[in-house]
Amino acid sequence: MMRVNIIGTGLVTPLGNCPAEVFAAAREGRSALSLHEGFPEPFYASLLDRRAFGGGNLFHKVSVEASRAAIADAGIAPSAPDTGFILSTIKGNVEKIGSEDVSLAKSAADIAAELGVSTQPVVVSNACISGLAALVQGMRMIRAGIYKKVIVCGTEVQSPFIVTGFQSLKALSQKPCRPFDAHREGLNLGEAAAAVVLCHSERSEESQWELVSGAIRNDANHISGPSRTGEGSYKALQAVLPFVRKEDLAFVNVHGTATLYNDEMESIALQRAGLMEVPINSMKGTFGHTMGAAGILESILSMLALEEGIVLGTKGFENLGVSAPVSVSARERAVQGNAFIKLLSGFGGVNGALLFRKGGGL
Amino acid sequence: MKQVSIPSGTPLVPLYRELAGDYPKFFKMDTLSRLGFLLTEMLVGEEPDRFIPRQDRAVLVFSREGCVANDRHYVASMVDFPSPGLFVYTLPNIVAGEIAIRNKYAGETSAYVLAHFDEDLIFTLARQAFQDAVTRSALVIWADCPSDSEWDARAWLLER
Repeated sequence: MMRVNIIGTGLVTPLGNCPAEVFAAAREGRSALSLHEGFPEPFYASLLDRRAFGGGNLFHKVSVEASRAAIADAGIAPSAPDTGFILSTIKGNVEKIGSEDVSLAKSAADIAAELGVSTQPVVVSNACISGLAALVQGMRMIRAGIYKKVIVCGTEVQSPFIVTGFQSLKALSQKPCRPFDAHREGLNLGEAAAAVVLCHSERSEESQWELVSGAIRNDANHISGPSRTGEGSYKALQAVLPFVRKEDLAFVNVHGTATLYNDEMESIALQRAGLMEVPINSMKGTFGHTMGAAGILESILSMLALEEGIVLGTKGFENLGVSAPVSVSARERAVQGNAFIKLLSGFGGVNGALLFRKGGGL
Repeated sequence: MKQVSIPSGTPLVPLYRELAGDYPKFFKMDTLSRLGFLLTEMLVGEEPDRFIPRQDRAVLVFSREGCVANDRHYVASMVDFPSPGLFVYTLPNIVAGEIAIRNKYAGETSAYVLAHFDEDLIFTLARQAFQDAVTRSALVIWADCPSDSEWDARAWLLER
């Protein structure tokens, strides 16, 4: 199968904008989660410093900045006719409802135009697995020969729309979230933009990350609650596991939102997939749930971690509070192998698994 | 390839009674999900062995406006008491989830937003779902629903 490499990354996060700097901050255990007032109820979230971006359209600005960083890192010309652009987001510019700027298609077109992209942008809006689904879509476009390179940008900014929605579902924790912990009480929302450049590659290069295999599966169970048996998540794992030898799989970076049901469901899916001994971690205690950015942000941080031979810790986790005895990495630890799986789940019953590998192998 | 459509403004409840009638969850759905539900009934309602759980059929939903009609309903509810029942439909992929639940489709479900209706682009993207070895067919849906009374709703059953 044609190889798809990741040749550039770019970030805009509350912990910094340079991937190495953000990784160092996450590794030190820093987090921008803090209490925010001004909504019906105060809430914990990891938000961007709006003053740093001036006024105007924050969603647009951070998407452009992260994408530009990835483009510069990759050293590509975004205007080339063989280069595609995918935007991953759930709610985009929803706070602009009532104006044409609310349109996800317009948001993507505006970002693509500012980047100089000459091809037709595509928006992937597949709930909380959007970032992962967008990476899978980019990989497929390259394998289908439609583009040689694809810029994939995942962005979410928070708004009263999203915050009140999650409050109405009673899904938000009143404290910093605690993924997989016995005392977890819900999730924290987060903001970020995260971008990668994917590129077709003729041969395997030791130094490059490769998207190997990705799968999306539905629980076919409930639109706003995960399957109790982890059905879709298990099936997604089952689809990508044949592409990696067990000894090469260093860790699984799970969704780990710190809601009661999500973490329990993921533990069962991991158990059914035979992954009890594989280290797992969640980054939600560091960045909150960055929704449309999560799949890309957390994948970039996972790549940086494995380059250092580690799995990052799970901030907020102390005592296991799920029924299947998964190997949650509470703190950073050394790992073996050259591959990891990114796992996500979302409303609408969607689940996704994506296998990353560095250089060579199989 | 089988294609179906629902003309803009068609009363959807009578159509539901004609095509299904046995799925009260229909009444909880937003207009976008109702359209997806009914298009699917029109496409696969006569299939033998329907409702046997399967993984080999993807549900791929495309639109220009996403779920903006329901987003406006949710915003209206924010004034008094934000409605969790409306909030869960403020995602463009919920329609795919509703179809997956109704039909017991445990395969891929995805949602895309495009600048305009572009059949070539829709089918180019939809065919890529077959890169997943499990996927043998796909419900491809264009359901663009800027309001509860006007839409462009069509669907195809694409085989590998």
